[in-house]
Amino acid sequence: MRSLALAAVVVSTAAGLGGCSVPARGNEPPPAGERTVVVDVRWSRFSPSVVEVPVGTTVRFEVRNADPIAHELIVGDDSVQDRHELGTDARHGDRPGEISVPARSTAVTTRTFSRAGRVPFGCHLPGHWAYGMRGTVTVG
Amino acid sequence: MRRFVAAVAVAAAVVLGAGPALGCGGLIGRNGTVSLVKTTTLAAYENGVEHYVTSFRFAGAGGAFGSIVPLPDVPTAVERGGDWTLQRLVREVSPVRLSARADAARETLAAAPAEVLLEARVDALDLTVLRGGGDSVGEWATQNGFDLSPDAPQVLDFYARRSPIFLAARFDADAARQRGLGLGEGIPVHLTIPTANPWVPLRILGLGRQANERVDADVFLLTERRPALLPGDGARGIDVARQQPASRSLLADLRSDAGMGWMPEDMLLSHVKVAASPADLTYDLAVDASEAGRPSVVAAGLSDGVVDPVTGGGAGNGPGRLMLWATIAGGVAVVTAAAAAVAVRLSAGGRASA
Repeated sequence: MRSLALAAVVVSTAAGLGGCSVPARGNEPPPAGERTVVVDVRWSRFSPSVVEVPVGTTVRFEVRNADPIAHELIVGDDSVQDRHELGTDARHGDRPGEISVPARSTAVTTRTFSRAGRVPFGCHLPGHWAYGMRGTVTVG
Repeated sequence: MRRFVAAVAVAAAVVLGAGPALGCGGLIGRNGTVSLVKTTTLAAYENGVEHYVTSFRFAGAGGAFGSIVPLPDVPTAVERGGDWTLQRLVREVSPVRLSARADAARETLAAAPAEVLLEARVDALDLTVLRGGGDSVGEWATQNGFDLSPDAPQVLDFYARRSPIFLAARFDADAARQRGLGLGEGIPVHLTIPTANPWVPLRILGLGRQANERVDADVFLLTERRPALLPGDGARGIDVARQQPASRSLLADLRSDAGMGWMPEDMLLSHVKVAASPADLTYDLAVDASEAGRPSVVAAGLSDGVVDPVTGGGAGNGPGRLMLWATIAGGVAVVTAAAAAVAVRLSAGGRASA
């Protein structure tokens, strides 16, 4: 399962800038269902920074933070991102697609993508979003 | 915010709008923005020993703030610095303004836990010398209440590859106020560091800064001979504003300050002005005071290679370093003033977003 999910994501550059899509099997998109996407965090960058999934996919984000500082993964539309950028909650984990990831640890959150489109994700600890700690889930 | 042969001294002066401040590097305010606008540091080398003098400045507001300073080697002493050394150096290169003022007023360690090598208390500053890789030092910092900016992991790795020694300074602004430290006053700190590696950390001054901000710093070098610098004069963000024999009066004034009796009789003063955007400030200042004209590209942070293509050695241990050390031990005196530390916010529990 994990290998399929990993193959379905887009691998970004080391700097987290840009990225290229890697389809799961040749040019065919993987079937809808549940997928695990491993998101590595290093030097305050997500890798991959672009994830592609079919409509209806439930994604289990496994976030592996290798940094000595805390991060978080917030998946949601712009309004969600805006709310978190201005918010002050100490921890995340109760809502699907939102998880705090302490330094050098792994955390998991799950979210279902029921509509086609682009859904941003990012970290909203002070300065992290502006630093470029963000990415996109492309649903289609 | 953040040592030397004849003597390397670094003086840090920080100007903040509102809120606590630390000398020596980029300061992260409570809202995540950087308030630090100017840093001055003095460092000096004498007989293979670096004397590093910097100042942590209190700007009024409460709370605890911290700073992490990359060091070239393990210090043997961390103590209170002299009372006027940094100010006197600034005065030496600012004759007009000072005159007006006078008129008006008169590696591989990455996975291992960071090792605490030395602890000291200077006024309202708690100082800890650490040895460790970027990750382990970062982890130590977060576990001890430092709120590191998102670029910190990469910057700490950048330094740990060359020298795994860091100074962490915790500044308690409330304690400073209770001790009667006035607005704008600084706490000078003097580090004595036997080392063969005279580089001045500059990149760390951009830590936590926004892309549209500017890093300004004064770096003073005192050497017995004319030093070769890398990057040199004219490089982006580097201006060698002065390079001439230090005046008798300057050296006498520095020598008369507390703990500064080691200052030699004759030195060459270089004043290097740093003015760059954080994006451009991707280097440190390597110094070769041997007249060989071969400052290390590794020490300057311009190469990640273990082997220095110029000196044949690395920035840390190795032929290049030994060569430099031999030069220094041979009587080269270097005094450098630079902005070389990073102030980071200390937090009780950290914060996440909404």
